[in-house]
Amino acid sequence: MTNSPQPEPAALLHIDWTRCDGRGLCTELLPELLARDEWGYPLARTGSAAGSAAERSDIAIPPALRGAAADAVALCPRQALKLTSR
Amino acid sequence: MTVAELTGTARLFRAGSPTFAAHHAVYGSLPSVTAPDAPDALIDELRRSGLEGRGGAGFPVWRKLASVLANSSVLADSSGLANSSVLANSSALANSAGRGSSQRQPVVIGNGADGEPLSHKDETLLRQAPHLVLDGLLLCQAVVRASDVSLYVGAASAAAVRLAIAERPDALHVRVLIAPEDFVSGEATAVANAFEHGVSVPRDHIVHLSQSGVKKRPTLVQNVETLAQLALIARFGAEWFRSVGTASEPGTRLVTVSGDVGTPQLLEVAGGTSLRRIVDACAPLDEMPRAVLVGGYHGGWVPGDRLDSALSREALAPFGAAPGAGVIFVLGSGRCGLESAGAIADYLASQSARQCGPCINGLPAMASVLGSLAARSRDPRLPGELARLADLVTGRGSCSHPDGTARFVLSSLRAFETDVRAHLTGRCEVHGA
Ligand code: SF4
Ligand code: SF4
Repeated sequence: MTNSPQPEPAALLHIDWTRCDGRGLCTELLPELLARDEWGYPLARTGSAAGSAAERSDIAIPPALRGAAADAVALCPRQALKLTSR
Repeated sequence: MTVAELTGTARLFRAGSPTFAAHHAVYGSLPSVTAPDAPDALIDELRRSGLEGRGGAGFPVWRKLASVLANSSVLADSSGLANSSVLANSSALANSAGRGSSQRQPVVIGNGADGEPLSHKDETLLRQAPHLVLDGLLLCQAVVRASDVSLYVGAASAAAVRLAIAERPDALHVRVLIAPEDFVSGEATAVANAFEHGVSVPRDHIVHLSQSGVKKRPTLVQNVETLAQLALIARFGAEWFRSVGTASEPGTRLVTVSGDVGTPQLLEVAGGTSLRRIVDACAPLDEMPRAVLVGGYHGGWVPGDRLDSALSREALAPFGAAPGAGVIFVLGSGRCGLESAGAIADYLASQSARQCGPCINGLPAMASVLGSLAARSRDPRLPGELARLADLVTGRGSCSHPDGTARFVLSSLRAFETDVRAHLTGRCEVHGA
């Protein structure tokens, strides 16, 4: 086993709001990261409007949740989710 | 005509007529940018001028140009590599066949779609000084070596623009596309969408347009006033540009003044001019208006007793406002601020492009709570609910419409705080008990 010499770039979960229909499958797969708003749409648990509004469409994924995030991307019925990096 | 005459705040409309002859007589010929170092020199001049975009967001103009230029050369340099080794599988190769070098050449679009109903500056500029705009467009084309150049304009200015294009052989390749009169149709990704798919609604983006815009090509979208200012800087230089205005708000800008004034009009003012001077130049109906909405419907209210504030980013920031697209809307002392704000919030909710859930649901919800406040519903939870909704929609759309609407609503709560308190007890300063 080797340790990677550098920290990996932050992985982000990008939400394409023009595609998302708010049925909330992703919030079931990633409850640690995503809550549902009152209309059903995913709402980042981290990042507030007061902090950085951008963090609510590009949500930082902690290393432990990367697998679950990849599942959510693959399973989103509207292909509204993407993994990106910063 | 000499440069010396261009020292007041009258800069953009000095030709006095939309013809090319009048334009040429006043401003002279378009400077050439064909020398190898000319594009970099112009970008540097723009950097020193401090010119920022005049469409609303206020992004430094030189940076956008530099970024599109850098992205176009990166793509040109790496295209050989991309075709050979990186895209190894067959479908990728099939894709790359359609991406020859011409496919990656930058696209330049002049944006003249005043999406703000209260703004008329872009239309007026295109009708009265179209050649300055065309000059700016052609200069941008030369700097980033674009193959495609277009103007995106409201229906009211299209005829004037086409006439101007027909007048000059160097602009015959400029395409004209008519923008619909929707609030969000002038948003940069909506403009790119209009050119690519014929629908003027914003689209999802994970990279900036300067990297990947129309048909994945580096795309420069620049407001038409910005282009006209750029054409002047290319001729007369950064120092001349900065000789009017303040250090942080150099040059002139166009403002559209409307509302409770005797003479609603378009003014060219020095950057950093006080709101008081601007409003006074338009015969306000009362000595101290209730408030002035600055920037546009995504802007903020400046209370009537604070009109000494300058039209500058720093001075307006405490009010949640910015010079933006130069909208100045005067609300007379005889009007209820909450009623006016409610009507604007209704309009903004109706202008959601209905693509993104939080925007489709959240904007009408905010408008309805603001409407209840305006109608003097005695529910003390209303202001808190409005603030909660404003926070909930912010950052959760494909364009900044939810963010801008939230900002406007929060600004209304602050500027009309005493009215909010009166309304919650069933009273209104304007309409009585
Ligand atoms: S699974 Fe996809 S469509 Fe469903 S709520 Fe999540 S992002 Fe939206
Ligand atoms: S945020 Fe609203 S206005 Fe912007 S694209 Fe989405 S639905 Fe349309």
